Amino acid sequence: MAAPHPQDWLRVTPAGLFCEPGGFFIDPTRAVDRAVISHGHSDHARPGHAHVLATRETLAIMTARMGEGRAGATQQALRCGDALDVNGVRVWLRPAGHVLGSAQVCMEWRGSRAVVSGDYKRQADPTATGFEVEPCDLFVTEATFALPVFRHPPPEAEMARLLRSVALFPERTHVVGCYSLGKCQRLIAMLRQAGWDRPIHLHGAHQALCRTYEELGVPLGPLRPATVAKKDELKGAIVLAPPGAVADRWARRLAEPVVAVASGWMRVRQRAKQGGVELPLVISDHADWDELLATCTEVQAPEVWVTHGREDALIHALAQRGIKGRALHLVGLGEEEEDIPAEEPAA
Amino acid sequence: MSLPAFAELLERLVFTPGRNAKLALLRQWFADQPDPERGIGLAALTEELTFSAAKPAMIREIVAARTDPELWRMSYDYVGDLAETVALIWRPRAGVNAPPPLLSEVVEALETTPKAEIPAVLAGWLDTLDAGARLALIKLVTGGLRVGVSARLARVALAEWSGVAVEEIEEVWHGVAPPYASLFQWLSGQAPRPDPREAPVFRPLMLAHPLEETDIAALRAEDWRAEWKWDGIRVQLTAGPGGRKLFSRGGEDISAAFPEILAAMEFHAVLDGELLVMRGEEVAPFADLQQRLNRKSVTARMLKEHPAAVRLYDILIDGEEDLRPLPFDARRARLEAWHGRVAPARMDVSPLVAFDSLDALARLRDGARAASIEGLMLKRGDAPYVAGRVKGLWWKWKRDPLTVDAVLMYAQRGHGKRSSFYSDYTFGVWREDGELVPIGKAYSGYTDEELAWLDRWIRNNTINRFGPVREVDRGIVFEVAFDAAQLSSRHKSGVALRFPRIARIRRDKPVEEADRLETVLALVENHPR
Ligand SMILES: [Zn+2]
Ligand SMILES: [Zn+2]
Repeated sequence: MAAPHPQDWLRVTPAGLFCEPGGFFIDPTRAVDRAVISHGHSDHARPGHAHVLATRETLAIMTARMGEGRAGATQQALRCGDALDVNGVRVWLRPAGHVLGSAQVCMEWRGSRAVVSGDYKRQADPTATGFEVEPCDLFVTEATFALPVFRHPPPEAEMARLLRSVALFPERTHVVGCYSLGKCQRLIAMLRQAGWDRPIHLHGAHQALCRTYEELGVPLGPLRPATVAKKDELKGAIVLAPPGAVADRWARRLAEPVVAVASGWMRVRQRAKQGGVELPLVISDHADWDELLATCTEVQAPEVWVTHGREDALIHALAQRGIKGRALHLVGLGEEEEDIPAEEPAA
Repeated sequence: MSLPAFAELLERLVFTPGRNAKLALLRQWFADQPDPERGIGLAALTEELTFSAAKPAMIREIVAARTDPELWRMSYDYVGDLAETVALIWRPRAGVNAPPPLLSEVVEALETTPKAEIPAVLAGWLDTLDAGARLALIKLVTGGLRVGVSARLARVALAEWSGVAVEEIEEVWHGVAPPYASLFQWLSGQAPRPDPREAPVFRPLMLAHPLEETDIAALRAEDWRAEWKWDGIRVQLTAGPGGRKLFSRGGEDISAAFPEILAAMEFHAVLDGELLVMRGEEVAPFADLQQRLNRKSVTARMLKEHPAAVRLYDILIDGEEDLRPLPFDARRARLEAWHGRVAPARMDVSPLVAFDSLDALARLRDGARAASIEGLMLKRGDAPYVAGRVKGLWWKWKRDPLTVDAVLMYAQRGHGKRSSFYSDYTFGVWREDGELVPIGKAYSGYTDEELAWLDRWIRNNTINRFGPVREVDRGIVFEVAFDAAQLSSRHKSGVALRFPRIARIRRDKPVEEADRLETVLALVENHPR
């Protein structure tokens, strides 16, 4: 008997992707009975599910963000590589390289295999286990940066630009906008790799998750709260803050701040300019155009579903490679990682 | 590595709003780069050096040969800028292993490569560069750098980097040319100062401080000389065996726009004066002079209808003799004697204004409502001519501004720090037939809070868009302050304001009660022709 087509057992519902025979959702956008969660970003991990299956790290991150009890009434940790049988569906996780604990959700039912990658990247990241290719019949991908203008440069080169700027403006405070889960800790770890061993200062919104990362075994070195009152101490320092705070009153009270933002969106000048960014750093936790195409090819799936982002360009390019693409238009995804200061005032 | 380094400099300059930060970036460029790269970079930034080797359409063709048309369309649509889209979408050919070109290599190749071969040369360079450097290269070869580095800012950066006074650099500036090797060698102490010899170079001007009410009490009338402050542009005329030049206040060479002045410079001297459009004895409104500015060449009709003249204030150098160390009174006597002897065409001497007390002078100032006069200049009789703005030697004493209540009509986004705000405002007044006609544009005078408020109001009340310009509903009245109103054929209203700025937002005033055009016309001082 031929294996069933993935669309016979994996359905798009208003709450998100639903594995029918297994009776569970993947990254549902509303509270459900059984959820498998790819990673801790708020557009993928919502509060209020009854049962949650995820990596140990993702469960810890969810608990830290949502509070005990809201991150799944019962939590079940699954290690990458271990498999589970859920009503006849084999379920296992594979690292996605996106943030700490992020995993692709792999499922096989009656010989038909689907991989829901969540968010992912192929660049190295000292705080996240690297992406692993899982060959499959159906690959479900994001398309956040699915335009050929998005090719992320080597992140070390971007870090070097930041450090050159710090050396050039030793009297000024460099405040780097970055989202609090993943990007923040990745930047800290990269700064440490680049030899920056001075304390790194954190906006209040970034402190809790840095603690969680350290508890999960990711060392971040000396961290300090960025208290604006001690503005003189922050001369020559690097401060990490949410993207929304860097162009805000809060940042203006620092010593002549150099406003930087670390995001894949910084590749396009107009985007950077609108945010009032003085030092755009192109550092992303999402796959760029080349990585998206390479990944879709390497998994050898004849069919690729696109959850959110620039699906038109990706599907066009996949068709040229003989791969069938389908846009799922899943709403509610891609919101946490809009890593850019408020675009236009009051627009 | 010079092109990637230049690209990084360029990108930082584009995104950096602060002047001090720009200066720091330029200093670093001068310190890090060898000759001739740093000089070529400097010339490219100040647009002393521009290229037109490639048109945007050529760049578009080069990339089209390598890109899927559908993906190009979506990308261009998203990015919005042709050069940037090309830079980002460019995919270097696999296996290219050449190093990125030096700036000097690019410049040389652009000058020597036959036109037909330029696309291939460009493509070869693009293959060696990353996205930022590709953008820099494309902007460079298409002549669209536009980073807002003025020659003046560059000279200040050179001064800060080298420790040599900016006035000294200004004196040699017009005697050196890209890539400025002799300049950099002098500034880094490796060669003597470049000798401009007879070359007509710019000497930095002496500038005045605005006189505040609180300063007046300390002044003794007998120490001071008064002159009218004419409403033209301040210029320096330099002529001698080495050539002739007309410089603006900032040291920009504006000779080409005023050939009749150049022709009249049959002398060997350096003079300071005000450039005006004059018809006979009468000074024309500033708007007339404006028509002559920023032109590379002038038509015979322009010369006839808007003839230029210079009203002289001072003499800096007479023949070989430097008069700048002399006190004002002595220079003034030399200027009058020189003018009597040489009698140059198109030039008169600005008269001294006699007064016996500062009160009397204040009355004269308030009485002088001619549009051609901005106010008074006060100069110490014993002050030498020194470069820059030295406090206590020269004062400018402007007339109190006039005001008008006008209605906001159009808004446009600003530049630099304000690029995300609608900060440039066109305003108008009511014509007899009930139509609102624009009379001017203002960019300043409001607080940050007012700007934010206006920005929000404009976004919520836009009724039309023309590119970057938004037309807004009639709803905001500005009290606009300005120095003078002048007749202008270039404005639909027939009138133009000098130095308009927003004095207040009149949230209390309904738009119907804004001023009428007749009121503004009544403020026009000169009704010539
Ligand atoms: Zn994510
Ligand atoms: Zn996401």
